[in-house]
Amino acid sequence: MLKVDNLNVYYGGIHALKGVSINVDEGQIVSIIGSNGAGKSTLINSISGIVKYKEGEITYKENKLPKQAHKIVKAGICQVPEGRIIFANLTVMENLNMGAFLRNDKNAIEKDKKRIFELFPILKARENQIAGTLSGGEQQMLAMGRGLMSNPDLILLDEPSLGLAPLLINTIFDIIIEIKNMGKTILLVEQNAFKALSIADKAYVLEQGVVTLEGDAKALIKDEKVQEAYLGKKSTQTV
Amino acid sequence: MSWGYISGILILSGINLMTVLGLSLLTGFTGMFSFGHAGFMAIGAYTAATMTMKFAIPFIPALLIGGIAAMIVSLFLGKLTLNLKGDYFCIATLGFGEATRLILDNLQYFGGARGLSGIPTEGTTTLLNVVLINIAAVFVLVSIIRSRHGRNMVAIREEEMAAQVIGIDVFKYKLTALAISALYAGIAGGMLAHYLGYIQPTMFKMVKSTEMTIIVIFGGLGSISGSVVGTVLLTFLPEILRSFSDWRLVIYGVAVILIMITRPQGLMGGKEISFKKIVRTIKNRKIKKEEVKS
Repeated sequence: MLKVDNLNVYYGGIHALKGVSINVDEGQIVSIIGSNGAGKSTLINSISGIVKYKEGEITYKENKLPKQAHKIVKAGICQVPEGRIIFANLTVMENLNMGAFLRNDKNAIEKDKKRIFELFPILKARENQIAGTLSGGEQQMLAMGRGLMSNPDLILLDEPSLGLAPLLINTIFDIIIEIKNMGKTILLVEQNAFKALSIADKAYVLEQGVVTLEGDAKALIKDEKVQEAYLGKKSTQTV
Repeated sequence: MSWGYISGILILSGINLMTVLGLSLLTGFTGMFSFGHAGFMAIGAYTAATMTMKFAIPFIPALLIGGIAAMIVSLFLGKLTLNLKGDYFCIATLGFGEATRLILDNLQYFGGARGLSGIPTEGTTTLLNVVLINIAAVFVLVSIIRSRHGRNMVAIREEEMAAQVIGIDVFKYKLTALAISALYAGIAGGMLAHYLGYIQPTMFKMVKSTEMTIIVIFGGLGSISGSVVGTVLLTFLPEILRSFSDWRLVIYGVAVILIMITRPQGLMGGKEISFKKIVRTIKNRKIKKEEVKS
């Protein structure tokens, strides 16, 4: 569905992504794990058009993906940015409506909104509250709900568990699985490697701008190198 | 104080207001700061003056040509600089403003540092004309802000990243806001040229640009009525203080600082004066008075 081929991104003189290639199949959850500064967010931002890439090609549904952010949203890719970026001065309801910015199909929008309220009952309860006064977890849910309002086929989730309480993290990941069951494809970027691998179908390990490991998520979770570097388990074979 | 003096200050307020209205859209509603709008004023002033003096074009069309010239330049500037974030864009506009002034300083066609003189003032920038042009400008601005386009600009101001991920063409709307503000500044420059009768590059220094931006912030970001009130107050203030001679700019500065400390959101930050609201407050007061009586 989404194919990133030999992507190179530079920030001034810093070579942030060095020829990254990934492949996302329809209906799957694909996780990208890696430490701070590995280039995870850069990768997701280049797909959504927020960061400009120098070389490489991104194909989406057999077509070349446009480079401007608003055209990418129109093509059916939606990003839920890191750090719960919402319209703090608008109400929860208004934020959700903003998510449907590019849509004109009123009935379908209402239907999607209902679905989102089923997914995040807390948002229904907070419907008329100013979004800036929500708790961190609720804001994350609102950002995800707003993303879903554009009715995307592919959702780019950037660090959805960032700064949330462990119990809330579980809820968020349960919801990600539910979103997948709605028939959406998800590209997930996470520092919480164990969680990200346990719900994913496929995963990539990004290190300093290079994909060092890729494969079936269930296999990666058992991989010694991954366990050592990201899951905090000591290798059993050390002498 | 004679009427001539007062009407002169009113005309100057009107000219400032024109630039401030444009900047209000750019800074107050779209969230970008500019320290180079004197450059757009200069382009408008020189173009409009050349049109009336050398090509005998009537005043109003000449103003429009001046405004459009500034707008075209702003489109080039925007294409190059709008991908810069916050402070960097601000510095770029500062550079643009100063560069424009220095270029004009060296263009002999426009009189170089001596500037242009003998610009027709008779029946051009009259108080009536200024008031009419400003009313039209406010009307256009209010309809932009109330439209879908205006709301998109506010969304960019509130949270650029969120605006981008929901599919707003951020670059296009920033460019539009910049172009409209340049158009307004260009027209203001044309009016200034035809009010004074002469123009010099030194009139369009960075101080002029910062003065305009200060007025927008003083009046309150995101409020058109704030911009109007702020412009009139800050244009009259230095004049009222003329008798203090050397101290007047100090008092001016202190007044601005005091307002910013006591009202960081500016005089009217985010609020508007409208007839409906005035009527409502008067009605509410009457009701309260009656309640007190009974």
